[in-house]
Amino acid sequence: MSPPRSQKPLAAPHGGADALSGRPSEGMSISIQEADFDVAAELDALTSGDDEAGAVASFVGLVRGADVAAMTLEHYPGMTEKALAEIVEEARGRWPLLAVRVIHRVGRLLPGGRIVLVAVSSRHRQAAFAACEFIMDYLKTRAPFWKREETDSGSHWVDARETDEEAALRWQGDQTTP
Amino acid sequence: MKVRVLYFASLREALGSSGEELVLAEGVNRVADLRAHIAARGGAWQQLLETKNLRVAVNQAMVGFDAPVRAGDEVAFFPPVTGG
Repeated sequence: MSPPRSQKPLAAPHGGADALSGRPSEGMSISIQEADFDVAAELDALTSGDDEAGAVASFVGLVRGADVAAMTLEHYPGMTEKALAEIVEEARGRWPLLAVRVIHRVGRLLPGGRIVLVAVSSRHRQAAFAACEFIMDYLKTRAPFWKREETDSGSHWVDARETDEEAALRWQGDQTTP
Repeated sequence: MKVRVLYFASLREALGSSGEELVLAEGVNRVADLRAHIAARGGAWQQLLETKNLRVAVNQAMVGFDAPVRAGDEVAFFPPVTGG
């Protein structure tokens, strides 16, 4: 099923973002994909041809093999891209970022498999560290992904965690430190 | 006055449906009205009222249950998100 285009324009929080199409502005790249990704290649590409960057911070989320036999990720095509673009633009409004790369995988993933990559470049490390954490905190509470875990005792949908909500709330207002 | 309604994850499974086109009844002006209208079918559809912390998006943006619903809207109901 392909959802229709949004009827109402969404506010582009800090200008420049084409939030309606889920397409972030220049230097911002978002992918939802089944395929794995190459972390080193992604980090290299983030600062390729950019002599302004002095820092790259990244986060990679993995399937914890100790907890599950496999994990399946479902998402809401269309809204996912838009939600991530808005989160990235929100980060860009708070910190002086040069480039942002977000990759989130969907489908069935095995233990040790990569789930998500968030990579941020900036002139100095503070902005890169903070923005990377902020994007993950918001992604976990605002982007429409759902995990179903397979364990020895069967499969079940993962419950949302209160601690994730609290982590996102730390950034309320225009905070640039958690 | 039609809307497209979508269901995701555990809710989709409980309902046995990933979505439907609905003709809005008179007096269904807000998301909360739409939810009550669908839940009134009984059985599994009552999950729409019983799911803890049910979330809703109108035209792919998260909203509160007092948000308006208009002809042509895409309304999605889902449990709290668990990505990352």
